[in-house]
Amino acid sequence: MSLVLFLHGEHFTAMGGPFLDRLGAGRELHAPLHPGYDGTAPDPGFRSVDDLAYRYLDLLEELDARDATLVGASLGGWIALEMAVRDRSRIARMALLAPVGVKLSGREERDFADLPFLPEAEAARALFHDPAGWAPDLAALDEAGVEALALERQWAAWYGWKPYMHNPVLAKWLHRAAVPTLLLWGGSDGFAAPDYGRRLAACLPDARFELVPGAGHYPHIERADATADAVLAFMENA
Amino acid sequence: MMQVWHFSEMAYHPGWEFLNEGLRNVIPSRVYDPEVGADLYHRYLDEWALCDRLGLNIMVNEHHATATCTTSVCTIPMAILARETRKARLLCLGMPIGNRMDAVRVAEEYAMLDVISRGRVEMGFVKGAPFEINPANSNPAELEERFWEAHDLIVKALTSHDGPFNWEGRHYHYREVNVWPRPWQQPHPPIWMTVASPGSAARIGRKGYVIAALNTGYIHTPVVYGAYRESAAEAGIAAGPDRFAYLCIIGVGETEAEGKRRAHQILDYSRTTPRVQPQFFYPPGYSPAGPTAAMIRSPDRFIQRRDGSSFLMQDGTVEDFMAAGVAFAGTPAQVIEQVEEFARAVGGFEHLLMMGQGGFISHEDTVANLTLFSEEALPAIRGM
Repeated sequence: MSLVLFLHGEHFTAMGGPFLDRLGAGRELHAPLHPGYDGTAPDPGFRSVDDLAYRYLDLLEELDARDATLVGASLGGWIALEMAVRDRSRIARMALLAPVGVKLSGREERDFADLPFLPEAEAARALFHDPAGWAPDLAALDEAGVEALALERQWAAWYGWKPYMHNPVLAKWLHRAAVPTLLLWGGSDGFAAPDYGRRLAACLPDARFELVPGAGHYPHIERADATADAVLAFMENA
Repeated sequence: MMQVWHFSEMAYHPGWEFLNEGLRNVIPSRVYDPEVGADLYHRYLDEWALCDRLGLNIMVNEHHATATCTTSVCTIPMAILARETRKARLLCLGMPIGNRMDAVRVAEEYAMLDVISRGRVEMGFVKGAPFEINPANSNPAELEERFWEAHDLIVKALTSHDGPFNWEGRHYHYREVNVWPRPWQQPHPPIWMTVASPGSAARIGRKGYVIAALNTGYIHTPVVYGAYRESAAEAGIAAGPDRFAYLCIIGVGETEAEGKRRAHQILDYSRTTPRVQPQFFYPPGYSPAGPTAAMIRSPDRFIQRRDGSSFLMQDGTVEDFMAAGVAFAGTPAQVIEQVEEFARAVGGFEHLLMMGQGGFISHEDTVANLTLFSEEALPAIRGM
């Protein structure tokens, strides 16, 4: 089986374990942490999703991947799209979990909720179907735990502050992302609404949209098994 | 010799009662009545103009999308006062250069002000409060870097007089930087910066600029001053007391009670500062992850008294703020004594930034506060 490259999202990186266990079982799985998220300080010149896309295209080349599967969550899905419009020669398929990155609405509408400036409880409701069950309890976490979340927020800002979580020109190049693509979307996603996902699917040359009930913006966290089932079935057939 | 600067935020306090949970960022401007606002602008400008006659200098600042401060463009009152005053030095503390997208325009504004005022401008560069990130939409995770690039560019723009130079930096791009007019003061107006942490104080110390500690009180002020002194010494800069400024609230009266009443009213400036929804206080990357995590866990703002105990910023009484070294209040003689004691305790400074107006204090009380201070306290404070 060809290798799988998992590109993580902007928040709650540490909670993706069970999904990655399923994804990696019997497969060559690579799940690198983005610079910054990996505990290093990125080079001052390394600060855009373009940089991340080229970094992972380099990685596919280093690994000599032939028909890689890109699985990307949110920010990671955006990175996958940026990779595919540049060079899809090593990419066989993409399973994208509520990817951001493409501006579809008008200048006075947001495609993505303004997470950094939402009250904590509201941000948790935007991100999770069941915030009480899944969102970290900030009052109960120890200092190191909250610090880890603060660092993820810092790197999300580093890569995606302005324009907010998107590349204004990506929409016009999506025709180049001509690989079989599964867009999986949590039915309760309040960060990037399912309707955004449906419109994004329509902009891609070969994409199918599928809802994951009972999940918010991170279906691989909240519904790890259902999400893994859908991704693995897609990999078998695409 | 101690210099004293009068500072006001030009608050729109008539709107405060309609804006309970927050006074910043998301508040609708329908609460603002332009007729009331015009009267307030003229009132505050009159109070600054009075300073010119009283021997006080003038300090302005800017904030955005807030009823606590309607100076949204700091160079506008500076421009009016550059012509309305003759002697007072004009400090802008400051210009949020990391949030201004056009750094050359900042150099032009300061240069023009410096010439019109015939060399009375003091040029403050500030990072800006955390809740300023939202209206500016500047990336908080790279604010520090943008701030220093803007600083480098503005200083070069003000000191280059042989035609244009090119700038292709990380954040600013100009084909031909060529600022006209050039400033009156050479090589450029004095530079001031505000500090909150020892780390930023150390960086400013290496430059030898004036640093201003804002309401940092007995406990924290010596920490930031100390970091500055140490790094200035390492850089071979003799950091005399004229490099240090301290912002506080001052209320003087004919009686102790009157002085405290005035300080109590002005202190609504401090009490309203934390009236903002918590998430605006910790934009991601604005501060290192440690302090940001502390804010996420507990967004309450506490002020430390000299004895180490603390109180909630929005609840402090005038006595609390006095015990912290944030407010000085009473008769002129009492205020002289309090300022002297504070300056001694924190290691000395020669710029007393006096908030002589704030909150609901009336124009009459403000004039009386500034006049009594300048007549009966200023001579002794100058000699400190």
